[in-house]
Amino acid sequence: MHCDLIIIGAGPAGMAAAATAAQIGLTVVVLDEQPRPGGQIYRDVDRVAPLRGDILGRDFTEGTALTAGLDHPNIHHIAGAVVWSVEEAVSVHYTRAGQSHRVTGKRILLATGALERPMPLPGWTLPGVMTVGAGQIMLKQSGLVSARAVLVGAGPLLYLLAVQMLRAGAPPLALVETQTKGDALRAIRHVLGALHGWRDLRNGLAMLYELWRGGVPRYLAATDIAIEGAAHAEALRFVSGGKAHRIAAGSVFLHHGVVPNTQAARTIGIAHRWDAGQACFAPELDVWGQTAVKTVFIAGDGARIGGAKVARVAGALAALQIAQQLGRITAPQRDQKARSLVRRLQAERAIRPFLDAAYPPMAQALSPQDNTIVCRCEEVTAGDIRRSAQLGCLGPNQAKAFCRAGMGPCQGRYCGLTVSAVLAQENMRSMGETGYFRIRSPIKPVTLAELASAEDTQGHE
Amino acid sequence: MKTVSEFHSLNASTALVSVWYRGRRLDLPEGANLAAALLAVGITSFRETPVSGAPRGPYCMMGACFDCLVTIEGVTRQACMLEVSAGLRISSLADPQGGQDAL
Ligand SMILES: Cc1cc2nc3c(=O)[nH]c(=O)nc-3n(C[C@H](O)[C@H](O)[C@H](O)COP(=O)(O)OP(=O)(O)OC[C@H]3O[C@@H](n4cnc5c(N)ncnc54)[C@H](O)[C@@H]3O)c2cc1C
Ligand code: FES
Repeated sequence: MHCDLIIIGAGPAGMAAAATAAQIGLTVVVLDEQPRPGGQIYRDVDRVAPLRGDILGRDFTEGTALTAGLDHPNIHHIAGAVVWSVEEAVSVHYTRAGQSHRVTGKRILLATGALERPMPLPGWTLPGVMTVGAGQIMLKQSGLVSARAVLVGAGPLLYLLAVQMLRAGAPPLALVETQTKGDALRAIRHVLGALHGWRDLRNGLAMLYELWRGGVPRYLAATDIAIEGAAHAEALRFVSGGKAHRIAAGSVFLHHGVVPNTQAARTIGIAHRWDAGQACFAPELDVWGQTAVKTVFIAGDGARIGGAKVARVAGALAALQIAQQLGRITAPQRDQKARSLVRRLQAERAIRPFLDAAYPPMAQALSPQDNTIVCRCEEVTAGDIRRSAQLGCLGPNQAKAFCRAGMGPCQGRYCGLTVSAVLAQENMRSMGETGYFRIRSPIKPVTLAELASAEDTQGHE
Repeated sequence: MKTVSEFHSLNASTALVSVWYRGRRLDLPEGANLAAALLAVGITSFRETPVSGAPRGPYCMMGACFDCLVTIEGVTRQACMLEVSAGLRISSLADPQGGQDAL
């Protein structure tokens, strides 16, 4: 199969890019491993909005405008397509229903979104402990809500899930929040900027008010957090307000922010730099989202955390530049279309510095105690990583050889940032100097049988 | 194995189909997300880790953590990326039938 633009990810960034490119006349293939479009925020929105739109709110249901944009003769959306390899000379391999396929094109847009920041705490590998995003995915996609849940960490997504659970008639037992008074003071500097994003501020305050009215207890500036349980999460222990607390719970949902999912970009050598404000690695891009690998663009939370509205605008901007480079519009036409988008981008980004400062990653999870598991796949602890550093290990790629951290099937998605952070602390080097895991294809598992089937189908494509 | 679910379902009743989980018959909603459907009937541990044998269940629900791994027809799969269909035979990683592992 061949097209002008291959988009990986049918979230807001990918969907907006597809619609913009298709309207200009480009042929587009959109690949997403999910069975239906929407991405993380609008997960399964077409099917779910009529069922639970009241619980999930307008910020969810408005996603149907984007999914509707995929219905265009120039767009071929392939659902259930798990992308396992991206090549700069422009092709993408994916598996679908047990077969491997290849699409070729002229440009690739990576719109693979964010991952939740790793949150290694004692007991975080127990069944019953999940991410807040996972709790939300279950509520959205499957209509399941935990009966005895505690939400732990920091950030707007924590409040959003709590409010949605409240509306669903199953309020969480408590919110155990990790941001501190110092964080609030640091955030004040950004309040003026955030006022440009007053709608987001108002929504945030409305959520807090709804939680207060719903009687959901909030514990602030929590430290010394641990999940207890033998074969399943049974309780959460923590210290807040100078007192030790224990809450018996059946589910513990963790969250302290999202970070760009850089897996695909890293396999083709795209450079990433440490973003201190967002405490994550982000790919180096120009204003249109183009990488130094000229055939590959990145948009959305995979480029820089900005949320759904920013993702949508960034996707459209990337599509305009791609259309110009492929000779479908002139540079002045591109600029004319881009002007209002850039203004929107600035407005939608206004709240970010405030949020990043008000809800920073939790200190305990950035520097876990020695016996806390960091690499879930290989069960490598923070102590193992520190010992590697003491033996001379400077970077995460060496750590793989020293202690197997990052060697499992998740390819470091839920340990990479912690491994880098612990090594950086031990060696007293910066995150930029310490670097990140080298990632190689396949970024998703592919079986020999699926590969064998690729040869069979390629002739028909 | 825990069999009391930690989750409420907001769904109106949907058509159930039979699947086999570690040799036990379960009736799950057709087309539902497999990981969510197992959690909903009280199955919270999907596998034991190869290193220490610790129980693990779904963590991310978005195909990224690989903690929800199960074996279906000899192939290791992520339960959170699958839909329930009639007759699925799900076993744990420890007893794969055929041993066709992912690369
Ligand atoms: C679990 C989770 C829940 C979130 N919920 C909310 C929310 O409720 N409200 C909110 O404002 N923000 C939420 N966010 C933040 C979210 O990142 C942004 O709001 C927004 O969804 C980003 O849009 P995007 O288009 O960049 O990426 P996404 O919406 O994340 O879309 C990326 C898409 O890429 C696909 N993909 C990734 N890798 C591959 C691959 N290898 N092969 C095929 N497909 C692939 C994914 O299936 C996904 O559909 C959530 C984030 C996460 C991680
Ligand atoms: S729960 Fe994380 S991959 Fe399935």
